[in-house]
Amino acid sequence: MNILILLVPCSLLLGLGALVAFVWTLRHDQYSDPAGDAARILLDDEDAPPK
Amino acid sequence: MSMATCPGCVAAGPVAEQAAAGASAPTHELILPTLHCSACIRAVETLLNGRDDVACARVNLSRKRVAITAAPGADPTPWITALTAIGFEAHEARNDTAGTPDDGLILRLGIAGFAMMNVMLLSVAVWSGATDATRDFFHWIAATIALPAALYCAAPFFGSALSALRAARLNMDVPIALAILLACGLSLYETMIGGAHAYFDAALSLTFFLLAGRVLDTRMRSAARSAAADLAALEPSRVMRIEGATRVSCPVEEVRVGDVMWLAAGARVPVDGILLSPGAQLDRSALTGESDAVEVSEGRALTAGEVVLTGPVTVRATVDAQGSTLRRLVQLAALAEGARSRYTSLATRAAGIYAPLVHGLSFAAFLGWSVATGDIYHALTIAIATLIITCPCALGLAVPAVATVATGRLFRMGILVKSETALERLAEVDTVVFDKTGTLSDGALAPPPGVPEAVLGVLKALAEASNHPLSRSVLPALRSSEAQKLDTVEEVRGKGVRATCGGVPVALGDAGWIGQGAGTVLNVGDDIYPLMRVERAVPDADKALQSLRAMGFEIHMLTGDTRENADRLAVTLSVDHVHAGVGPENKQALIDALQERGRKVLMIGDGLNDTLALSGAWASIAPGTALEASQNAADVVLLGQNLSGVPAVLRIARSARRRILENFALAAGYNCIAIPLALMGFATPLMAALAMSTSSITVTLNALRTR
Repeated sequence: MNILILLVPCSLLLGLGALVAFVWTLRHDQYSDPAGDAARILLDDEDAPPK
Repeated sequence: MSMATCPGCVAAGPVAEQAAAGASAPTHELILPTLHCSACIRAVETLLNGRDDVACARVNLSRKRVAITAAPGADPTPWITALTAIGFEAHEARNDTAGTPDDGLILRLGIAGFAMMNVMLLSVAVWSGATDATRDFFHWIAATIALPAALYCAAPFFGSALSALRAARLNMDVPIALAILLACGLSLYETMIGGAHAYFDAALSLTFFLLAGRVLDTRMRSAARSAAADLAALEPSRVMRIEGATRVSCPVEEVRVGDVMWLAAGARVPVDGILLSPGAQLDRSALTGESDAVEVSEGRALTAGEVVLTGPVTVRATVDAQGSTLRRLVQLAALAEGARSRYTSLATRAAGIYAPLVHGLSFAAFLGWSVATGDIYHALTIAIATLIITCPCALGLAVPAVATVATGRLFRMGILVKSETALERLAEVDTVVFDKTGTLSDGALAPPPGVPEAVLGVLKALAEASNHPLSRSVLPALRSSEAQKLDTVEEVRGKGVRATCGGVPVALGDAGWIGQGAGTVLNVGDDIYPLMRVERAVPDADKALQSLRAMGFEIHMLTGDTRENADRLAVTLSVDHVHAGVGPENKQALIDALQERGRKVLMIGDGLNDTLALSGAWASIAPGTALEASQNAADVVLLGQNLSGVPAVLRIARSARRRILENFALAAGYNCIAIPLALMGFATPLMAALAMSTSSITVTLNALRTR
């Protein structure tokens, strides 16, 4: 069962990574305009990633 | 933040750099109701970002707004004019409460989701047979994740439960908070003594599902609220003030006693004042319900809310903007205490039955087991397991899930539900009271009888050439006429439109401008035809009333107008109960009288004279053309003057109420199975997890059937 020492932290780290990514999206206003984000994908000149 | 995400800023030149270096928050917000696709986004952003006085403009399509960063205090009028020129109706947003208020809730939801999945992973290992040291190890990891996560994520429930307890009430959050706290406490103790059953996953999934319900709820409601606020902003917030020899646009709030205002024909009087022009016709329907135009002469007082039909006129303000009649009525309506504040929502009533029952049962289980076995610890475990497994989860989701679906469906139909208990109250309505003027009918201009066909053709052509609401209102009556060909059409703002037709000068507009007659007249060569103001039913009124009758509602019409006008419309629409010549207080008294007879009244009205009745009725609806004060007083606002929304609201409200009751029944059904098992001491964390997820999913799926 020693493999657990490795696997449990691994799974926790993966989950934590997802959580950090989620908090990042929230901090960058990515949930304030879902309809607009869906429409902007069709615009050619919107190449610059939101900073 | 939003400034940094604006790609348009890169191209916006030196102004953008200045703004980026200094303040980055948007300074202005415009509402663009017609915005609907990516081409619109590009058109609006390209136009605004190309202007020198705009540092950055970013469209928010979900809220149909554009946030503009410019010099603070800059006048948005030129932007609005430019947007109108490329075909976008634009208004200045009055309440600059940008941003999403539910970010905190979403963060909590995300954390609860993360914690729930990880703890569930560990729990699955325990359920599938981990024992001894491995089990304790997993329990300890689960505890380190679950305890801080549950305490942080469930904070909204703790807060709400605490404030309910302080007021000596029970709401749904009390059993929820108790279940979460006890589940965490019991599991921590079990972990410390190396016990078999830890409920960390149950505590977290409870939190997660309930937070999901709450996020949906607040999202939907804030969307409806912000749309309703946008609608109110369509009321002009700026007025032309005469300063010396020029007309300057200024916000209504800045009007002071003695200011001289210039009002075009069709404009609403923004604050009380005295007429300085020789004479004018007024539409007072918003204040009194009269549908006939009123003539006033120079020096007479005008009241805020009246509409100037002939113009342009100049008016001297006799009060500051804050003291105007309009504002006083708004405040009055806010004070009026209505039936709705006494209404107890279904969720509160369910919590009132559920909480004492479950708490009583688990206390009985504790007493019973301690007496029977003498083992206090064992009795306590069973009592707490009962509390956890009875799962207020489904009960907590039962109402928000249905409300979200119903509000969302109505929102897409252009119907805004503003009040939380509106749907439940609407479902109980049995009597519908309509205001007449502005709700069932509107004013239109019509040619007098006996006018030759050729003249009607000229009138149609002139009316089509103008954008003024008054001249557009002539058109429906002229559907059968053929428009004549016009040359050299010229529209004079606020006065009328003139042209030549086969060499004959023709004009349509204000009598004072044409030089003959009174009111609005049509001039063809030497002949003058005065146009009459007539009342017509709004397009959907007949169909809406028919379906309401088919649904079994008693229909009343209530108006401040004369008996003849009221009866004429009542015959067209076949309304049985007509009350004419009713003032604002009497409107409320009439509704109170109906309600004292045990009727649940839905009031539908638009005028200031309806605000008291709107707030006094069991439920209320205002059309989108209503004044801000009436919209504030109403539970539901219809976009536009589309009365066909009324039967739809009532149908969906009834369906929603049925779904809510079904959901309560479903939740109760689960508990009928779970409670006996828990009382007998057979409850396990696995059972709790299964009961919680299945009941939550069933309740949510059932909510989707609302239509």
